[in-house]
Parts: sequence; C-alpha cells; structure tokens
Amino acid sequence: MNKRFFTYMPDPLLMFLLLLLLVYGLVILYSAGGVVLVEKQAVRIVLGLLTLYVITQIRPERFEQFTPLIFFGTVVLLIAVLVVGSKAKGAQRWLDLGITIQPSELCKITLPMMVAWVFRHASLPPSWKHIIIAFVTIGICTALIYMQPDLGTAILIATSGLFVVFLAGISWRFIGGVTLIGLLVSPIVWHFMHDYQKQRVLMFLNPESDPLNYGWNIIQSKIAIGSGGFWGKGWTEGSQTQLDFLPEHSTDFIMSVLSEEFGFIGVLLLFILYLCIILRCLFIAQQAKNTYNRLLSGALILIFFVYIVINAGMISGVLPVVGVPLPLVSYGGTSVLTLLASFGIITSIHSHKKLIQQ
Amino acid sequence: MRQLLKHPFHERRLFTERIVVSVIIVVVIFALLLSRYFYLQVVKHPYYLKQAEQNRIKYSRINPTRGLIYDRNGVLLAENITAYKLLVTQELVKNLDSSLSELKEIITLGEEETSTLKEKLVYNPIFKPLVVKEKLSEKEVAEFAVQKHQFEGFEVAPYLIRKYIYPMELSHLIGYVGKISPEEFSQQDKSLYSAGDYFGKTGLEKYHEISLHGIPGQLITEINAQGKQLSQEIKDPPVNGKNLNLTIDIKLQQASYQAFGEETGSAIAVHIETGEILAMVSKPGYDTNQFINGISHENFKLLAESTDKPLFDRSLKGGYEPGSTIKPYIALAGLYHKIISEDFTLFSNGYFQLPNQERKYHDWKQGGHGKINVVDALAESVNVFFYDLAYKLGIDKIHDFLKPFTFGQITGIDTAGEKKGILPSRSWKQANRDMIWFPGETVITGIGQGYFVITPVQMAQALSILAAKGRVAPIHLVEQEQTVSQIPMDISEKDWNTVHKGMTHVINAPNGTAKSIKSDEYLIAGKSGTSQVYGKSEEDIYKKIEELPKRLRNHALFIAFAPADQPEIAVVVVAEHGASGTKAAAPIAKKIIDYYMHTKNE
Repeated sequence: MNKRFFTYMPDPLLMFLLLLLLVYGLVILYSAGGVVLVEKQAVRIVLGLLTLYVITQIRPERFEQFTPLIFFGTVVLLIAVLVVGSKAKGAQRWLDLGITIQPSELCKITLPMMVAWVFRHASLPPSWKHIIIAFVTIGICTALIYMQPDLGTAILIATSGLFVVFLAGISWRFIGGVTLIGLLVSPIVWHFMHDYQKQRVLMFLNPESDPLNYGWNIIQSKIAIGSGGFWGKGWTEGSQTQLDFLPEHSTDFIMSVLSEEFGFIGVLLLFILYLCIILRCLFIAQQAKNTYNRLLSGALILIFFVYIVINAGMISGVLPVVGVPLPLVSYGGTSVLTLLASFGIITSIHSHKKLIQQ
Repeated sequence: MRQLLKHPFHERRLFTERIVVSVIIVVVIFALLLSRYFYLQVVKHPYYLKQAEQNRIKYSRINPTRGLIYDRNGVLLAENITAYKLLVTQELVKNLDSSLSELKEIITLGEEETSTLKEKLVYNPIFKPLVVKEKLSEKEVAEFAVQKHQFEGFEVAPYLIRKYIYPMELSHLIGYVGKISPEEFSQQDKSLYSAGDYFGKTGLEKYHEISLHGIPGQLITEINAQGKQLSQEIKDPPVNGKNLNLTIDIKLQQASYQAFGEETGSAIAVHIETGEILAMVSKPGYDTNQFINGISHENFKLLAESTDKPLFDRSLKGGYEPGSTIKPYIALAGLYHKIISEDFTLFSNGYFQLPNQERKYHDWKQGGHGKINVVDALAESVNVFFYDLAYKLGIDKIHDFLKPFTFGQITGIDTAGEKKGILPSRSWKQANRDMIWFPGETVITGIGQGYFVITPVQMAQALSILAAKGRVAPIHLVEQEQTVSQIPMDISEKDWNTVHKGMTHVINAPNGTAKSIKSDEYLIAGKSGTSQVYGKSEEDIYKKIEELPKRLRNHALFIAFAPADQPEIAVVVVAEHGASGTKAAAPIAKKIIDYYMHTKNE
C-alpha cells in the first residue's frame, strides 16, 4: 500500500463539528426509534466517515478529470430508472443492481461537479456560451428526475446546479431578469400543463390534499414542537413522540422529536452547529485554489443548507411537504452516505490546497 | 469586447463577494427559521401544550366482513375463513437477515418472498408492520408461538381470507377477489377502502363489489399521558357486506359442468317463468382460490397460455354464430309478417338461387327434402326453406324482429363483463365494413351465418322469451324482483304454437334431426345448430370431421326447453369444436334437463 496516499487528514475543525452533530443526532434517534436503530445508524455513520476519509486522500484534480465520465454514468442510470426501475409509491426512483440504488441521490453530487467542470477554464463572470451549456446540463438531470415523477427532488437537483452558476459570478442583472421572466411565464406554463401535472404541483404546494395524510402529520408535528417549550420535556419524555402521535419520527420528522424533548434550547444548539459547519465550509471554498474547487465546494455546502431549511420549514408548517431528511440526523443510510461523501470532497479540496502552498 | 484571458485576482474577488452574499443569506434564513421555532415554542407554547395534553384519542379502522354467497337453496358457495399472517416491524428487528434465516427453519419462505419483502422494506415506514407471509399453516403458527421470544419485531396476526367452495364449477360466475390495486383504490371512496383490502376482480364479486364489501367502522382508543390505554370504544360499528343469494342451484350447476365430460364450452339453464338462471357454466373452469392472495407467475402463465382458455368466460363473452338455432326465430318472423303460414309449402331441390344469379346456396342434404312445410323445415333443419324465407323477409325485417330477443344486444344480466356481439343489419355493415348490404348476405342470415356474433346468455334470454311466447322475464343471477314485459310484436298464439310444434318435432318426430335424445317421460322441444370455425385451409374444407384437428372443428350448439307443452326450463349448450349440434351438444342439454326434471320436486 502506498503510504503517501493516506497522509491527508480531513480538516480537524470541520471534523469536530460534524462529529458533534452526528452524536447529537444519535442521541435524538435513541429517543425516537430505540437502541436498534441507533446501532444500525452508527454502522452507517462509521461507513460514511470511512468514505469521507478515503475521498479526502484523492486529489481534487482527479475529480475534475473524471467529472464528465461520472456525470455521463449518472445520466445513464437516470434513464435506466425510467426504463426498468421498480415502482415505489407510484413513482420510479429505484434501480435494482444487486443492491437497490436511487440515482437521483447520486445526482446531488454529480450535477454540481459537472456544472463546475463546465466553468473550470472559463473567464468569470461566465460568457453566454458557458451559461447556456450549464443550463442545458441542469435541464437534462432535472427533466429525467421530473419524469420519474419526483417533482420535489427535481427542484432540489436543479437548485444544486443553479448554486454553481450563482457562485460562478453570474451578473445580478441576469439573476434579476431570470426571476422576473420566471414570474411572468409561470401563469402561461400553468395554462398549458396537463391536468395531472397541475395536480402534482398542487399536491406539492398543498399537502392537505396528499393521500398519505401529510396534513394530519404536520398538525401533530407542530403540536410536538410547540408543546416542547423553551426547555423541552426532557430526553425520551416527549408524549407526542413516545405515544406515536408523531409520524415517521425517526426519519423526516426527527427534528420534531428534538424540538419536543430538548425545547427551543435544543433547536438553537442544532442551528448553531449547522451554522458553524456551513461557515467553515464556505471559508474552505473561499480559500480553494482554482475555479472548479471553489464552485464545487461552495455549491455542495449550499445545497446542504437548503436541505436543513426545507426539512425544518416543512415540519414547522411554513414550507411545502417534500420528503427531505434532516441532514446527518435523520435515520437512513443513503442520505448519510451521500452527505459524508460530499463533505469528503470538501475536505479533500481543503487538505490538498494546504500542501500545495507549502 | 469580453476579456478572454482569466484574471485570477478579479475572479477571486468576485467569488469572495458571492461567498459573503451566501453567508448573509444563510444567517438571515436561519434567523427567520429560528424565529418560527421561537414563535411555536415560546409564544404559542401554552396553546400547543394544551393540544398535546388533549391528544389522547386515537382512531383506528374496524374492517367489515365481506358478504357471503349462497345458492338458491341456502348452500354456501363463498365464505371467509380465518387465516394467519406473519408481520415484521422493521425498527424492532436487530438483524433482519439472521432473523429471516432462523425463521426459515419454522416457516417456509422462498427466495422470491424474501426478495420482494426486502424490496418493500426499502420504502415502507420502519415503524409500520409489513406482511412477510400470508396463509401460514397451523404447524407454522404453533411453532412460531412457541419460539416467539426469539423473533423480536415479528408477530403473527389473524385475518379473514375469501374461500370458494366450488371453485371449478363457479370460476367465471362468482369470479374472485384480490388485493385492491392502486388504480382501483384511486377510483373508490377513500372512507370505504384501505390498502390490502379485498376487491372483486371478476364475475359477481366484481359486479356486487360495493354491496359485498360493507362499510368499515371506527374504533376510538383513549390513552393517558403515560400512554396507558384507558378505554376503547367502538364509535361506528362496521356494517358487514350484504350476503348474495343466487338463483343458481349448485347441484344443477355441478351436473351441468360434469355433463360436458371432456368437452369445453358453455351451458345455461333458465327457469322460464322467473328468468332465474339455475345453472351457468363455462368449461373448463379454474381454481379461483389460487387468485385470492395473488397467483404465482408460473401458475398464471399455465392458465393464461392453455389452449383450452380456462380464464375465458364463454357464457358472457364467447361470441358464436347461432347457426341453425336461429331458424325457429326466422320461422316466427315469417309467420308474423304473413310471408308464410303453417300450411305454406316449398319444394326443395337441394339448393337456392337468387334471381338472375349463378351462385347456389346448398342444403346439407343432397338432392333436397322435396315438398316441405314450416314444421318439417324446422324438424329436418331445411336450409333452402330458410334461405327462401329470409330472402322474402329482407334483412331489415329480420333485424327488427330479432332485436327484442336480445340477439347482439346487452341482455343486462346482473354481472360484470357481458359482451354485446353483433346482430347484422344494413347500418351495422355500413358503419363497420363501410359497404352496402348484399342480398346474398340476407340469404345466409336465414340460417344463422354471416356476420352474426352472439353470446350464450343472449341465446338463453331469447330462448326463454320464445318458450314463454313473448313474455320477457329478464335473466338474472341474484334473487330479486324482476319487471316482466312483453316483446313489442303482437304474435298470435297460433304462430307461437306452430314454431313450438316444429321444435318439438326436432326431437320427437321420426324425421327430427335430434331424435336420439327423445325422452319417454316428457316432451322436449329444441333445435340444433352449428357455429362455423374459421381459419381452415383450402384442403381442410374437404376433410371429414374426424380427420380435422379439433381446434378447426365447428362448434356444436343446442337450444331446448321442456316440457314442450308447459315450458319450465330453457337450456342452451355450446360444445366447442363439437362439430355437430345433435351429436355433441344435444346429449349435454338432455342430461341437464333430465337432472332438472328428476330433482325439481325434491
């Protein structure tokens, strides 16, 4: 084994913050789902951290070099899902290749990579040519996921790509103009949509019409959060959680458990942890040595931020219902692995920058 | 002109500006979110705390029991029996794979079952129980009960499954239930159904789904703040599904099914006065119990690809030419329109020709039947007589006369899946073939050939109208009051009697084509027919029946009612590929009528 290959340590400050968050998550998970879930999740976290460590060893130039290939692979998988994927809850998202995988999860990393790659040699702010290529790339992924059909994920994926465009320094006039056009065009698009497509959008915006009774879930979630108060009801003492009024309490609604049992103080602590992680990563992005690294690390952390906002907004009833887990806290393997892998890319960018400077 | 060279310093400054903007956005949005939590947790805390304390009522569903199905004498045909299923709750299981492999020692679990289970577990909420296996054997239930403590997260629960007691004889008639599909669920009232409920897929189970299903009830459980159950109260009791009482006599049904022997086809027996269907068979049947909890892929393939087509309901969906069984109706039309009378005679020399046309329409008997009247024309099934009569009537009169008998119409029988068929007419041909009607086509319509496609239920409805001399008692399968009516033509008693006489001669006169089934105990009236099977090659046409492969032989038809003078029962038989109506179908009809006549007073 090549000794030099394993000599890059991930950023200690970021690792410290991530570990704090992960442990905090397991403590809540214990209350929400019991020891069995904690054990299973711990195994996944260890696997995820190993992945992070291994990715840190890879030089960012390698990601850059293989980006088109990786992206092409993702697109093939997305098409495969549409052709042969298995149906879950009426939508095709899963692909069975021995283990079931969800290519749209992969896309959360590979699309920002590809868009960053498009801009890698461009002089910034980017020219029209590059902007158009970037938008086509984002459009392909978004359309393929929308067809699964998975409107929520499609919007998230599109956002992750748009963050790269934003960080690339696209002019404020352009951002303003596109927003304005979007607002003007949407009623026309609405007019030409099929009824079932309208239905899908309405369901997304108005969870009360959801057949899975998400309306009821949100009410129960708000009761859990509100009854927690400033100091919380205490660990494993939340009646909403323990008496099963709260739905899916170890996955999408785990923050309701935290809010009920640890109160506003617990929520504040969680937000501070998240904020520190995001600020540290944005700093790493700012320090990165080239365009590709900057754009990629910046976009990855911004999309992490968006997941937090959507989940925390959804369970407190201010945002529409999208099945987005709370990053690094919700129970579930795919999400933890993908997120720790993307943190691996960020720490790789950080570690390699330092050594070059020396 | 834009700069083409990269400006590292400029770009870094631009990027830093975007990072700073991002930081501001992140901080502002986090602050907004926190203020939302502050609002819920501090400002509205008293309100939500009260809500949480009142949150002690849980609602759950009580499933209704599906209605039972009985025959006319109260014999149980479809019931619900208790079975046991194994459930798993994912969040309570430590190691699924090792638990499953241990479970395999006491419960039979195939590769397919475990792999579909794992597929389902991927998206099933981890706190919701999921079915591992249904229909556990008694031994499996007992062994699991003993070793239950080893399998945390697994449980055995009772549930009701549908069971058909005469699955083969009633496969098409009763049909079967299966788990409600997402498509079916989306079309139903959500308060009535939930995932995993039974839903009628075919036959009466489908047609009477809502009434058989019933209405679910609601159970209210009150718990205290520690989660202890305080009380349990039924808010709305479930309304169980209504039972179905069929007009079918299961013994006659079994006798009819067995009467076919090795043959395939359809048989229907109708009580003429009431329109009650006493027996309705489509043979071969299949084991409907296999379908209830999802049939295996291999078994379904066997049924679907079998050349005998067991899944096909011949009685409701089988389309046949009526062949010579149409002749009594054509004779009646001729008498009604005064084109012939009972005394009218025609000389048959063995063929019929249209004026100024070369083509000869042949009789089945070479050289012809000689001078013949309508009664003998029916008894001997003289084609030439009916070619001539049909030509004189014309297609419009034939069509209008046959329509009230429900030929090529939906009879309205109370079950799902009836097919319409075709009653040929000028307008039908114009609409479907985009061609005008030719006189030659009227000629062959007179012997039930050409564009005709009718179903056994239509034959049964028509025959019971014919036997009851124009009185229409709608045929039906579930006991209920029927509105009796009359066909719109005012046909004289004498004309009805003439046709009945002709049909009685078919079996009871020395020149009758079906005298082989003559009964000494009572008079049977009837008519045989042959329904052509197409697809024969040029040389097949000249082969003898015995030399033809079975699938190319014509279908044998027989219609009969008895007793001829006081009709009680009407029977229609289609013996597929039976070649000749008198040989293959008539003996089956005889057996059914015999069974009825011998047991009716029991």
